[in-house]
Order: sequence, then C-alpha cells, then structure tokens
Amino acid sequence: MDLDALAGCLSSSACLVTQTTSGLIIGMLLFLVAVGLTLIFGVLKVVNFSHGAFYMFGAYFAMTAYQLTGSFALAMLAGAAGTAILGLIFERVFMSRVYGADVLMQLLVCYAFVLIFDDVVRLIWGPEFKSMGMPSAFQVMPLFIAGGVVPPYYLLLIGVALVAAVVLGIGLSRSRIGKVIRAAAQNPGMVSALGINTGLIYGGVFALGGMLAGLAGALAAPVRSLTPGMGFSVLIESFIVTVIGGMGSILGALIGALLLGLIRSFGSLGFPLFTEGLMYLFMVIVLVSKPTGLFGKEAA
Amino acid sequence: MTRTRTPGISRRSTLALMGAGAMSVAAPWVARAQAKTIKIGMPTILSGRVAQLGTSSRNAVMLEVEKVNAAGGLAGRQIEMVIRDSKGQPQEAARVARELVNTDGCELLLDGEASSGSFAVHEVARDLGVLCVHTCSEASSLTADPKQHIPNAFRCVRQGIHDSIVGGSYAAAIAKAKGLKKWATCSPDYAYGRDTTGEFTLYLKRFAPDVEIISESWPKLFQPDYTEVVTKILQAKPQALYSCLWGGDLTSYIDQANIYAMFSQMEVFAVNMADYTALTVVKNLPKGIHSGNRYIKTFPTTPENAAWGDAYKAKYNEYPTNWSWQNATAVMFLAEAAKKANSADGKKIAEALKGLAIKCPFGADGTVTMRGDDHTLVGYAIGWGTTIPQEPYVPEVKAGDWKTIFELEAEWKKSKGYT
Repeated sequence: MDLDALAGCLSSSACLVTQTTSGLIIGMLLFLVAVGLTLIFGVLKVVNFSHGAFYMFGAYFAMTAYQLTGSFALAMLAGAAGTAILGLIFERVFMSRVYGADVLMQLLVCYAFVLIFDDVVRLIWGPEFKSMGMPSAFQVMPLFIAGGVVPPYYLLLIGVALVAAVVLGIGLSRSRIGKVIRAAAQNPGMVSALGINTGLIYGGVFALGGMLAGLAGALAAPVRSLTPGMGFSVLIESFIVTVIGGMGSILGALIGALLLGLIRSFGSLGFPLFTEGLMYLFMVIVLVSKPTGLFGKEAA
Repeated sequence: MTRTRTPGISRRSTLALMGAGAMSVAAPWVARAQAKTIKIGMPTILSGRVAQLGTSSRNAVMLEVEKVNAAGGLAGRQIEMVIRDSKGQPQEAARVARELVNTDGCELLLDGEASSGSFAVHEVARDLGVLCVHTCSEASSLTADPKQHIPNAFRCVRQGIHDSIVGGSYAAAIAKAKGLKKWATCSPDYAYGRDTTGEFTLYLKRFAPDVEIISESWPKLFQPDYTEVVTKILQAKPQALYSCLWGGDLTSYIDQANIYAMFSQMEVFAVNMADYTALTVVKNLPKGIHSGNRYIKTFPTTPENAAWGDAYKAKYNEYPTNWSWQNATAVMFLAEAAKKANSADGKKIAEALKGLAIKCPFGADGTVTMRGDDHTLVGYAIGWGTTIPQEPYVPEVKAGDWKTIFELEAEWKKSKGYT
C-alpha cells in the first residue's frame, strides 16, 4: 500500500490527467467488449461466454488487414465488419439452437466455442504471439496536457468508443429498429405476432455485439500482443463490468467500465499489489449493496 | 508306494506363478531397460502468449536429437521425444511431467517449464526419482538453494544471479557515467521476476551506491494491458528503468510504452530484449535499449554460434531464441554424459553430468560446464549491449567476466545462507 503516492497524485494536475486518461483507455476498451455482452444478454437472454473470442478475432482481422493494405482505417473496418459477419454466422448456425435451453447448456456450448475459436486462431495465425505495430501516423510525441502525458492514439481510442456509446444509446432509444429491439427483449412473442422477423433481430443483435468486441480488439491490436486465448482475460473483466453495471444495461456497462478503468489506474499507485483485488472488492461491494448492479432492473 | 498328487497347486506351479507375477509387475521396467529407443519427456509451453518460446525449445531439441540419433543415440539407444503442452500452468506442467513418466514410459525429463512451473516439475522429479534437466527456469533459487537440491535434477539454463551480476555492473557503469540515480523497476510478479529484479538492484547498488529505487511495479504474468504501469512509472519520473519482462509481455509493454515516448524520457534496461523472439516481433523497436544477450547469433562472436543460428533458421525459417540454445545445450550434455557413462540409465547419466565440461557454440570460451556442486550451467556467453532496430540488433555486446561472476555468486550464496 502506497497511500502517499496516491495522495501525491491526487494533488498533482499532471498526474491526475495522466492517470485519468489511463483509466479512460482501459475503461473504454472494456466498455466496447462489455456492451456487446450486456446487449446480447439483454435481448437474447444468453450469457455469451464466447464473447471474448470476438475481441480476439477483431485484433487478428485488423492485424491481417493492416499487413495486407497498410491502411489503419481498413484494419479497423476489417476488425469490426469481420467479427460482425462471424457473429451473425455463429448466432444463426449454433447459438440460435440453444435459446431457451438451460443456462448450463448455454455456458457449455459457449465454453466449447472458446476452445474451438482459440484453436482456429492457432491454426490460421500460429501459436506464437504477434504484434501489429503502431501505424506511423500515431508514432508521434505524446501530448502534454496540464503536465500530464496523453498519447494521440489513446485519444482516438477514447473518441471511437465514445462515439460508439452515443450512437448505440441514441440508436436503441430513438430509432425504429432500436424500439423493435427493445420490444423483442421485453416480449418476443408479441413482436413475432406483429410480423417482425425475430430471428433477424436476434442475429443482428449478436452481430452488433460481436462487431463492438471486434472493434475493441482492432483498437487494442496496435498496443497489445496478439495470441490465441487473448480474449479470455478481457472476457472476465467484461463480466465484472456487466455485473457491476447491471446485466442488460448499456449505461451500466459504460459507467461500470469507466469505474473499473479508474480503479485500475489510480489503484496501481495506491495499492500496487492489490490492483486486481480492488476490482473484485468493488464488485462485491456493489453486489452486496445492490444485487442487480448499479443500473440493473429488478426481475418482474 | 505310489505317490499321490495332492489336490490344489503344486510347489512347482506356485513358483512358476510367482515368477510370472514378478515378471508382470516388473515388465514395464524390464521392457524399458531392453528397449532400443529411449523416450525423453518434454513438458513445455506450446500454447498461450509464450508458445513461441516453447516451440523454439522443441525445434532446438529436435535439431540436436537428429544429430545424436545419427551418431548412434544415447549409448546406442535412439532418442524418441515425447513432447506435451504444459500451457504455462504449474499444475498442468506437473501433471504432464508425471504422466510422461508414468504413462508414456519416459526415462528422462527435459525442459521442465518456465519458473512459474519449474518448481512444480522439480517436485515431480524428486518424487519419481527420474533424471530431469531444466532448460528454461532462470530463478536462481531453483538450484542455488540447497533445500531444492536433488541428485537427479540439473539446470542447463542461464541463471538470474549470473545475469544480475553482469547486468548490475554494466548498468552501474552507465549510471555513474550518465548520473542515473533515480531508478524504477517493472517486472512480472512471480519467482523469476522477483528474484531477478532483487538481484539486479543488489548489484546495481553495489557498484553504484548512489542509486535509489524510487518506484516498483509488479504486473502479473501475461497481463494484457500495461497502461497503468507505464503511467505509474512516468509519474515517478525515474532516470532509468529496469525490467525483466519477457516474450509477449515485453513486446506488449514496449508497444504501450512507445506511445508514451517512455524510451526518450529514461534509459531502459530490459534484460530479455536481445532475443529474436522479441527483436523480430516488435514493429517499432526503440534504439538504445540496454539488454543482456539472450540468443543472438552474433554473440558469442564465433563461427560455431553463427553456424548454429543459421542452421536453425534454415530448418525452421526463423531465428532461434534464448530457450533454443539452452535446450540444444541440454541435449548436447545428455549425449556427452551418456557417452562418458557408457549408459543411457538416468542415474548413471546424472553422475556423469556432475562437473562435465563440453564443447558448445554458446560457451564464453567455446565450452560450457555443468557445475558439480549445485548442478547448474556455467561458462556460457553472457554480456550486455544496446539495441538498434535492424540486424544485427545488438551490434556490440560487452562480455561479462566469469571470474567476477564466480566470486560474487559465492558471496551471494553465503549471504543467502546457501553455503
């Protein structure tokens, strides 16, 4: 425990800027993964344990596209679009068959696919770790804001995640398709009776969730080493975010992810040997005081 | 008088049955002893973030085993490698090691995992009494601590304390020349990371007493994100940083530290950088990182080392790694020890290994020795230099002096109560 370091940081604008940015980066990446997880649970009522694999595929798709084209924009597009297509196929061929099944069955199917997807990545890209490398446009000196250090790439990352959060929030609350999705989550039978193809909605939601996780993987690819199985640790943290925020709540996922990011960032200063523990402790405190999570709704 | 046979089993039959029973119990051992091939079990990491190192270990072993088999095998017995993935998990490494001996009939164990799992495999070797040659774990206590010592385990690996003596004195010279007094450390939170960092700072301070460690970071092994660690170090504003992160962890760290321009803000000493596994993977390798040699074919600067590196690349289309040369050396040792013992029996090979010196492309003077009193490798080429972003990556390496290493190591062992 190093409370002096934490206190010193809290009284320094430079440190506050650097650590807050650091927390936002960690949080925003987590949000992109967790929001897909919570969306799929909210609409499909499936705890998609294989969700981390989409993060992994997004990173590998982006790396491959970047190697082939040298374009960072195309790499991001490949990461997001590739995982959206993969998500759609996965949902239609496999997951749609276990809707309504026992939760244990769903978890087993998802876990089986975690292992299968890891092996697929191993077969295609090899077992050794890979590095995409930072595009030259971002190989520049970091910005110094109020004395704090902020890399331009991370500003882009935070911006993209924020845009995704806003579009998703507005899209689900204001657009017609958003209303249909929410209706399908509440009463799929009624939506189906109105002549709306619920299978298409479910597939679309799964693809959207996969796309967001893939986008997170693509954004992480330039700064994290890529390896089969890389989705697992992200998945665990995303589950924590989802549970803290409340299963099915997009706002909850955003707030939960940001809180977790900040806990990691400032916790590493004050509690360097207990940073991981802080995350779990925070989750326990939230769940004990509000079992449905910060923005979760009580079961009717 | 007519002899009548009593009902039941005759004495002859009883003896025959007992004999058959004894044979059936001893059969696996008899069969092993008579087998033409000798199976060597290799639990190593073939999946996860450090799979590249495990794969390079397997490649190097196969390269050397081919040579040994072509020359007649281990005391006339052809080697058959049985290689299993330990996934980098201690419990899995121990389980696999036990299974390799008990189920697959392996008579020797090679590799024994990284430090995270080597102590577990070591206990399996202690329990089963099988000869085990560790080829990956650099945690000094594995062989330096007498409590860990078993007659049937050896370590054919560079050792943290050796690296730290050479690295500490190298870093201290630079610290004194450039006035680097405030240092930070960032190393993985497990036996190797803790041991090696402690030992490095011990010698850094010994040779440069003005040095102060102002920040320590202990990210967990295989952590995906180092952002909070990078920013924490930047906040501390050290003049120099030491790290023994390795493999994918090191490349992630460099990628993330790069965009914070960390390498222009402090001198970085990353002991595990000068290994092709990191040098060739990092896309934007910073110039001027100080590193110990891991495997580079230009150090030691000998035709034998260069030829071995080229032969490996010709066969596997990539350069070898630090784990490669260590595993290759272990096979060379086994071959020489079997020749010396004129036997492939584990106990006899273990006896022959004690104090054995062999010719080796990776030796500081062309030879390496398996030191008899603590069963650990000495005499290998060891040095530090700075990186450039293209081949030969570390153009000049300042070689460590083994006389100094031995003196300081003996002192260190005494201070730890090991002797």
